[in-house]
Amino acid sequence: MSLFDWFANRQKSGPATPEGQEREIADGLWTKCEACGALTYTKDLRSNQMVCLECDHHMRVYSDQRISQLIDANTWVAIDENLHPVDPLKFRDRKSYSDRIRETQEKTRLTDAVQTGIGQIESLPLALGVMDFRFMGGSMGSVVGEKLTRLIERATQQHIPVVIVCASGGARMQEGMLSLMQMAKISGALERHQSHRLLYIPVLTHPTTGGVTASFAMLGDIILAEPKATIGFAGRRVVEQTLREKLPEDFQTSEYLLQHGFVDAIVPRTQLKRSLAQLIRLHQPAAPSSHLVSSFPAIKALSKTALD
Amino acid sequence: MAHSPDRRPILLDFEKPLAELESRIIQIRELAEENEVDVSGEIRQLEERALQLRQEIFSSLSPLQRMQVARHPRRPSTLDYIQAICDEWMELHGDRGGHDDPAVVGGVASINGRAVLMLGQQKGRDTKDNITRNFGMASPGGYRKAMRLMEHADRFHMPILTFIDTPGAYPGMSAEELGQGEAIAYNLREMFRLDVPIICTVVGEGGSGGALGIGVGDRLLMFEHSVYTVATPEACAAILWKDSAKANQAAEALKITAADLKNLGILDEILAEPIGGAHSDPLKAAETLKEAILRNLAELDQLTNQQRRELRYQKFRSIGVFAETTV
Repeated sequence: MSLFDWFANRQKSGPATPEGQEREIADGLWTKCEACGALTYTKDLRSNQMVCLECDHHMRVYSDQRISQLIDANTWVAIDENLHPVDPLKFRDRKSYSDRIRETQEKTRLTDAVQTGIGQIESLPLALGVMDFRFMGGSMGSVVGEKLTRLIERATQQHIPVVIVCASGGARMQEGMLSLMQMAKISGALERHQSHRLLYIPVLTHPTTGGVTASFAMLGDIILAEPKATIGFAGRRVVEQTLREKLPEDFQTSEYLLQHGFVDAIVPRTQLKRSLAQLIRLHQPAAPSSHLVSSFPAIKALSKTALD
Repeated sequence: MAHSPDRRPILLDFEKPLAELESRIIQIRELAEENEVDVSGEIRQLEERALQLRQEIFSSLSPLQRMQVARHPRRPSTLDYIQAICDEWMELHGDRGGHDDPAVVGGVASINGRAVLMLGQQKGRDTKDNITRNFGMASPGGYRKAMRLMEHADRFHMPILTFIDTPGAYPGMSAEELGQGEAIAYNLREMFRLDVPIICTVVGEGGSGGALGIGVGDRLLMFEHSVYTVATPEACAAILWKDSAKANQAAEALKITAADLKNLGILDEILAEPIGGAHSDPLKAAETLKEAILRNLAELDQLTNQQRRELRYQKFRSIGVFAETTV
């Protein structure tokens, strides 16, 4: 076949090639970056933790991937996987909540919008919660509230730090006020954890909004965020309606929050594990005071002089 | 109270048949007086009928109608109740961070001779006042003022009484810039830390996180026609039904009434309102509130600080409905 023929054939079977390309993308061989449009071999993208190799855009990662990105191999022990959402209000909008739960569970193979467990990060033990945006927009209902509360309580008992990777549209409306109250419940568990002088670090990823922002996402001793994530309390459209004017381009981004003092650091995903490990290591309980005194003989001598 | 008696009543849609009946009674009475006819028997009958009708209407309000009562422009708000139930009151201002949010009022007070701290969201009493008060929508400075006052109360062993009446936290750009989420979150955590008794009452509208930001306590009380929502029915309808006109359905589905919330274990006590709603007899509503506060306070006084904090934790700890399968 001549090159001409090849072209002729190609034109005849016109849509075949783009379709084929689409299929390859769909099959997951190649992934297109939604920010810069670059096509990347999915395997390469995955080994770069779903951060675009061309433009550094942080694509969405789901809870399983996130856990394996952060936790040392063979150290993850999932907890409370047997908690399932129910439909206490018999809520029905255009679809019933029970149907929505069932369909989402089948589609995502998740029980609800958060995975929790105990694991190690560079050999340091921690309690980790990872929200999953696929499950009804990462919304927080009774199961998310209960799982995170149990996780924090367990961390308090075991004297270990808590890290929660946030990705949520806020409280789950289908569970009404039960959802709103989870904000208080989790915050109460964090109060106990904090009063034991234990470290809590939320990691804010795209998007972190509503009731999650107005509770555990903003209660970190140290708050980290992924680059260019949307983080805010009220939705952008609601704010626009309130103001009736255009908002700045970077409104409610990680960078905006950093600038206004609500985030400690923006950490690229590829450095997240190392940064978390570093922070946890730096906040390890201090060595006994006797050890401290003996290691600073100069201070001891000085205070003696002062007493004299 | 705050409302001058000469102002004409503001009628809600469902009150119209009642208003018609009442104006008929007035007409008949005037006619009878003019013509010197005795119609007292008939009038008494009609008045009984009006009372019955009022009872019927207010005992079978739909959730959205209840919301209208909760949002009634004449419904007593925080300052009305504070003035009615206190022997003494001095308002305190400022979050000590550069803001004094008029949507949140707070101060030291005395109730039955006992020093307490009272605070709450304040809606305006007219359009001008409403603009000043930002319709009771607090900014981060409001939540920080509230927390500053609550910490003050804790230091001086004063019980804290909060009054909730807000459509929600202010969703403006300045509020986002100043950390609306952080301000509310901080209060949620710190209210668990306080040693003194805390009683929260939803006196009007309990709008989502904006309400919860002063709503973590040992007791949650709610007036009969108040509502407490995770999202306004209008917003919920827009998001889930993609049609804000479905607010009525959303209001039904969201379970926002006092009775619903009592069933869900969120609420401790429902405060009965005068027939026709708190705005029809604010002083009577205030009396009910005062009695409930003093009674609950007496119960909480029996506990140690530690016991109260533990019970407060357990109260919220137990909220939530889910299934736990055995593995």
